[in-house]
Amino acid sequence: MNLGISATEYVSQIRNGQISAEEFIAKTLDRIRTVEGKVHAYITIDEQNALNQARIIDKKIKAKERIGALFGMPISIKDNICTSGIRTTCASKMLENFIAPYDATVVSRLKQDDAIIIGKVNLDEFAMGSTTEFSCFGPSRNPWNVEYVPGGSSGGSGVSVSALECVASLGSDTGGSVRSPASFCSVVGLKPTYGLVSRYGLVSYANSIEQIGPVARKVEDIALIMNTISGHDSHDDTTVEKGRVDYLQDLNAGVKGKKIGLVSQMTGDGVDKEVSSATNAAVSKFQDLEAECIPISLDSVEHSVAAYYTIASAEASSNLSRYDNLRYGFDLGTEGYEFKAYVSKVRSNFGPEVTRRMLLGAFVLSAGYYGKYYLKAQKVRAMMKSQIDDAFKKVDFLVAPTMPILPFKIGEKIDDPLTLYLLDANTIMANLTGIPAISVPFAISSSGLPIGIQIFANSFQDKNLLQAAYALQQTTHLPEVPV
Amino acid sequence: MTKIGLEIHCQLTKLESKLFCSCKADYRNLSPNSNICPVCIGLPGSLPILNKKAVEKATMISLALGCKIPEQISFFRKNYFYPDLPKGFQITQYNAYGPTSIGSDGVVQIEEKKIRIRRIQLEEDPGRLVYEGSSEKTQITLVDYNRAGAPLVEIVTEPDFENPKQVRIFLNVLADLVENLGVSDPYLEGAMRVDGNISVEKANRVEIKNVGSFRDIEKALHFEITRQQSLVERNIPVVAETRHWDEARKITVSSRSKEEEQDYRYLPEADIPIIQIAQNKIAALKENMPESIIAKKERYAQKYGIPPQVADVLSSDKFYSDLFENAHTDTNAKEIANIITTDLMGFADTREKKLDLKITPKHISDLADAILNGTITRNSGKIALQEMVKTGKSLSDVKSSLDLGNVSDVSSLEKIIDEVFKEEEKAVLEAKQNPDTVNYIVGKVMKKTKGKASPGTTLELIRKRLLSS
Ligand SMILES: [Zn+2]
Repeated sequence: MNLGISATEYVSQIRNGQISAEEFIAKTLDRIRTVEGKVHAYITIDEQNALNQARIIDKKIKAKERIGALFGMPISIKDNICTSGIRTTCASKMLENFIAPYDATVVSRLKQDDAIIIGKVNLDEFAMGSTTEFSCFGPSRNPWNVEYVPGGSSGGSGVSVSALECVASLGSDTGGSVRSPASFCSVVGLKPTYGLVSRYGLVSYANSIEQIGPVARKVEDIALIMNTISGHDSHDDTTVEKGRVDYLQDLNAGVKGKKIGLVSQMTGDGVDKEVSSATNAAVSKFQDLEAECIPISLDSVEHSVAAYYTIASAEASSNLSRYDNLRYGFDLGTEGYEFKAYVSKVRSNFGPEVTRRMLLGAFVLSAGYYGKYYLKAQKVRAMMKSQIDDAFKKVDFLVAPTMPILPFKIGEKIDDPLTLYLLDANTIMANLTGIPAISVPFAISSSGLPIGIQIFANSFQDKNLLQAAYALQQTTHLPEVPV
Repeated sequence: MTKIGLEIHCQLTKLESKLFCSCKADYRNLSPNSNICPVCIGLPGSLPILNKKAVEKATMISLALGCKIPEQISFFRKNYFYPDLPKGFQITQYNAYGPTSIGSDGVVQIEEKKIRIRRIQLEEDPGRLVYEGSSEKTQITLVDYNRAGAPLVEIVTEPDFENPKQVRIFLNVLADLVENLGVSDPYLEGAMRVDGNISVEKANRVEIKNVGSFRDIEKALHFEITRQQSLVERNIPVVAETRHWDEARKITVSSRSKEEEQDYRYLPEADIPIIQIAQNKIAALKENMPESIIAKKERYAQKYGIPPQVADVLSSDKFYSDLFENAHTDTNAKEIANIITTDLMGFADTREKKLDLKITPKHISDLADAILNGTITRNSGKIALQEMVKTGKSLSDVKSSLDLGNVSDVSSLEKIIDEVFKEEEKAVLEAKQNPDTVNYIVGKVMKKTKGKASPGTTLELIRKRLLSS
């Protein structure tokens, strides 16, 4: 049995009886036991429940009962997405033992389609970070070289899919958090259009820009999972009613006759040479597929990092205010404390990056600075949106490297927040403007590290985006993961 | 000149559910922390879902107060830490970056005075702190989140009041107005709360917070006027500050804490998309809004000839005006207005007594008809009414059980008059000389018939008798 099969292959193999759900889950759990010590993708593994669920699925298959489209497929969930019965820690001491009394909408939809939640995966604390080093449970490691960071903040999602510890995963993408680990771990990661996937049950970090997105080994797997998780949700007022879309249908439509813009500001200075040449190679592949490729200039991109960290920090400072340890949290009694003293003691449990962003956020929102920083950042956002709108009048897709540089060593940049922030330079445009973006594994560097190519489409063109990503994927032949 | 402005918090108690979740809007009489869900206690991952009915009700209040309704409204987060605030912020509205609250720039006429409304905003109520323990040392603070997320409308006036009396009149008008609109029961505990700000001539502005009731705001304002004036007279500057009303001592006390000047770091609430308020929807709301108290009062006076003062009292009270609407016909309307305002309101002068009334529109309507066609006197009617509201029995049942039927046949009445003429010879003589004193004899007859005799008939018979003897 090959654990490296895609989600769609899994479905067809289980349908024609080649494999059973129980076997597959058991094998996956073996695999997790073998590689977890090296890669540390998981925070919590729900072994017993996964096996029980798999047996139920197999019984249903035998009895020819109706089965959901995911057929007992093991899926890992980023640990900032609520799962009833399994703790949701956000990789923070603040929520170390928090068990939500409800499933996130995406989780209940996965369960309805008979996916099996095999466990919860690692992230930077409250999804704030780009390397998964800011987890209170320790960093995750890149399966392509365990000395290297896997990207982040959904590092556990990228690692667990790449290291064959599950078939697919759900991450969350606030400034590139799904696409960064997808690129660094050589898997596919989608940030859907804002409002396409419910955020109900996603622990908020920067709620005006973040989306839950799937991570998988193949573009078709992303389409399969989008079929399950996307669509309007009565628990999330920001979700949009767009009717049912089948993302698998016409996935191989190709890019013939499409116009693709290469974003100049994302391919210039500061981009690693090998990443640059991979990007040029990707453009050639699109041309081979009879797409027309032109350079596109989006000068607002130059301000995107500043705007992003202003807006995201502002929202973070508000979203994380609720952690006062009164209604849930860790073991620390209130007795003998005055309220404010208690709150400040409790909140000293946040890690360094979360603390940094909350302070920054409180500052940019404070009276006298709001106009100078927060409003200005919102203006950049509006300007970027209008530039994007103009760009999509000229082209169907935009292309850029997902990450400007190759994965680097764990610990190498952790003391340099500014350098880390610049890693997001190419991804945050999609978050600030709400458009969908996907990272497709495209090449392996001379040092054996993955390079991903990012494609953007206009809002709610997610299906077209997947078609372009699929076309690019079909041009690649990548080696198997070494771990 | 003294200037007073108000901030009134009015709960939309008539809504089924809270502002952002499906827990009950009326949290009263429930055991602590039983009316809560992941949304209203702000569990990680929960999201607010705006109650669209609350927007409707807030729009109605704004329209009734003459406010402008913007084309779109949005919500903001007001960030601060307090144990009763589960998310660390309150979802509210904020106009500093353009008018996005549900209403602004309204005006209310109270007697001769125009009170301008600065803005009206929709927001969530926090939870409640409950203190237990006798002394300060043993005191513990408990938090009850049943109220957290209850729908609240904040009404902010310009500093247009000149004295506490205008404030009282305004608050009464406002309470009647929200009750008449069917959006709130202002008499429920905590349903309507008032903060004020006040400055006397040549003095700084002082905020007054923590006032529990309407009566107390008037007292607090009086106290502040005296305090500020005496400072000014002695050339001591009035400090611009926030003062809390101390209910026990009936004085205002400086809060002396920096907390009051805290920075709320307002931030757009991205979980709730901007809401478009369609003009045709406003028109439809206007159309379907209950008749205003002023319009009602005019209709009562013009259509039924009810005296203005009676019409005023009747129209301002939703409970009684509803009863009137359901009971009256064109012919008995005036009589019903009389019964309600002179008798019924007298029996039920408190809210509890009002709720205990076992009265139906039919009771009132039967009674008015009986009085008008002379089958019962006003006096007996009052007794019958008292019995009906207590027992809920019909008028005919009450009439027979209490023997309240009219003594209307002339022969039995003449017999009683005979008796009185014998007993009251002196009075009869006097009446013959001075017809103005005849009422004394009428009174005696009424007493003997226990008020059941028709006063008109009695008087007529007595006059005849005085002339003939
Ligand atoms: Zn609730």
